[in-house]
Amino acid sequence: MTAKLLTGVFGAAVLGLAASAASAATLDDVKSKGFVQCGVNTGLAGFAAPNDQGEWSGFDVDICKAVAAAVFGDATKVKYTPTTAKERFTALQSGEIDMLSRNTTWTLSRDTSLGFNFAGVNYYDGQGFMINAKKLPGVNSALQLSGASVCVQTGTTTELNLSDYFRANKMEYNPVVFEKLEEVNAAYDSGRCDVYTTDQSGLYSIRLTLSAPDDHVVLPEIISKEPLGPVVRQGDDQWFDIVKWTLNAMIIAEELGITQTNVDEMKGSDNPEIKRVLGMEPDSTLAADLGLDKEWVVNVIKAVGNYGESFERNIGQDSPLKIARGLNQLWTKGGILYAPPIR
Amino acid sequence: MASQDTVRDDGVAKASLLYDPKVRGIVFQVLVFVGLFAFVYWIVGNTIENLQRSNISSGFGFLSGRSGFDVATSLIAYDSDSTYGRALVVGLLNTLVVAVLGIFTASLIGFLIGVGRLSRNWLVRKICTVYVEVFRNIPPLLVIFFWYFGVLSVLPLPRDSIGLPFGSYLNSRGFFFPRPVWGEGAWLIALSLVVALAMIFFVRRRAVARQMATGQQFPVLWTSLALLVGLPLLAFALTGFPLSFEFPQLSTFNLVGGISVKPEFLALYLALSFYTASFIAEIVRAGILGISKGQTEASYALGLRSGTTLRLVIIPQALRIIIPPLTSQYLNLTKNSSLAIAIGYPDLVAIGGTILNQTGQAIEVVAIWMVVYLGLSLATSVFMNWFNARMALVER
Repeated sequence: MTAKLLTGVFGAAVLGLAASAASAATLDDVKSKGFVQCGVNTGLAGFAAPNDQGEWSGFDVDICKAVAAAVFGDATKVKYTPTTAKERFTALQSGEIDMLSRNTTWTLSRDTSLGFNFAGVNYYDGQGFMINAKKLPGVNSALQLSGASVCVQTGTTTELNLSDYFRANKMEYNPVVFEKLEEVNAAYDSGRCDVYTTDQSGLYSIRLTLSAPDDHVVLPEIISKEPLGPVVRQGDDQWFDIVKWTLNAMIIAEELGITQTNVDEMKGSDNPEIKRVLGMEPDSTLAADLGLDKEWVVNVIKAVGNYGESFERNIGQDSPLKIARGLNQLWTKGGILYAPPIR
Repeated sequence: MASQDTVRDDGVAKASLLYDPKVRGIVFQVLVFVGLFAFVYWIVGNTIENLQRSNISSGFGFLSGRSGFDVATSLIAYDSDSTYGRALVVGLLNTLVVAVLGIFTASLIGFLIGVGRLSRNWLVRKICTVYVEVFRNIPPLLVIFFWYFGVLSVLPLPRDSIGLPFGSYLNSRGFFFPRPVWGEGAWLIALSLVVALAMIFFVRRRAVARQMATGQQFPVLWTSLALLVGLPLLAFALTGFPLSFEFPQLSTFNLVGGISVKPEFLALYLALSFYTASFIAEIVRAGILGISKGQTEASYALGLRSGTTLRLVIIPQALRIIIPPLTSQYLNLTKNSSLAIAIGYPDLVAIGGTILNQTGQAIEVVAIWMVVYLGLSLATSVFMNWFNARMALVER
């Protein structure tokens, strides 16, 4: 009895101690250990997945690389921690990872009671449904799904939206809930459930990994707002600012037409805004105030490109996913991407 | 040791309290207690302070919040409007169901296999040996995967369900069978069952008393069976057969109606039963082998037949050897049921994990897990100890 109690208390203490260590300046920690520890998905094609050499790549991974480039000037100084939907928050709370870039929806409760800060939105998503059109030929709307078995990953906003949606539309469903993405994929692929639900971007990505991708269709309904973005712990504003402005810099670079190939050229530009963003303005303290090197934006763009480049390379037209920009287009081009100015 | 003590005793008067074993014992106990208390106090304080500093909410208030998620299998009324606390109860009940059914089935299989390993029939003996060696040497998680991915997930889809007798079906969504719908007067049947049980109890007592007094035996087993089946059947006929069935029907996606048993539950239940049974079989075998041969020979010498010998002489003694290790197997089975998380059966750990994730209150949820499993284990131990005491050799 006492032994068990002790173990429990000790476990609590470890978490408590770790939390205390974590609230120290993350930037100093990161610099002294020499890399950014970044929490990513366990494997979601296009967003975060290791290739056959074990190197991580993807849209979410690019955020990790960009932060490393901003801090160290070297995008390879990242170590990745693959996390399930369930583990991700504990990993960040306990200080095991410095930041989380894992298609995580920004919600009020995660911002407050979990003790996090969302450093912006890198992908505006919404929850959708996928079915096997070959096995269910008559179904072309989510409102026809009453009575279906629905595969869903536990610990996600998806699980909650699913319940709300079926309830609001007075439909029944059987939840089939797994902890790991791979388990949900396998269960759906084997026919354990009729419907797969998660963020639409995820559905497109998962469809590629199924045994017969062409048999599956994503239904038109989007039932929720899922603003996905990188997350850091509350209580360390400097680190929060760095992650936030790294993302903003990628978006601003796209607005200004700064790309991976022309960034060196752009350094010589006469445009005062471009000069300021790229750290070419003499006597500017912008970078120093952030705690970064003067050419941090140059390093970010050299490493991963601007927002649009990263998008197209990983999940857009240059990738197998072929996701359209949609809402994730710049505000000047009909989307809602809008970054505050660097000045 | 003894001589040293006596040497020291000579100088007791001056040797001060420091060497008094009694005083020393108390001093050390007080020191350990104070140290432990300070340690716990420091840890709890430290945890609370750090949680507050990291702006992570704490406390058990979250238990009364709306859960917002659905659970596939629930014994009690539950929907997404229910509280987190109720969701945990749902999980606990699911754990209990699989543990209790698993313990029952594992004991049954275990006893059969254990006795089978001692059989005189070569084939039976070898089959039982192979069973034990196979299941005992595979990690329980793999046994679960075997049932879930290897057996149940390759079953056909609902459209092509395998039809079984009595309107039941088997498919990749589970096992479906008709739900009995009781009509008017069904309570009489339940009542007759209770009456039958009461009568069996009295018959048994009378039979024992009569055997003690006169040595005459009474066929208790057959009488009991007749009562148990006959009385409810009589009530059933008298009330005009108030029973109909709701059969599972195919709809767009699934079979609806009837009672369904989910493959997640089946996989976990079968895996835990088969896995634990292999250990129980060895315990049973050891228990029976532990009874000396002289007992059997003495029993034969008294004129008892081999069946009676086994039932009245060997098994009661073997049980005394079997029960203590059996208890730890039961505890193992209960704890192994937390492997449910790998296949998505909503047990206490799976549901607790979801709650942990939705609320972010890791410490509280982990504490609940530990307290509940500790409680379950202690309850099982208490029951088995009571059972053991009943079975123990009564010395006259």
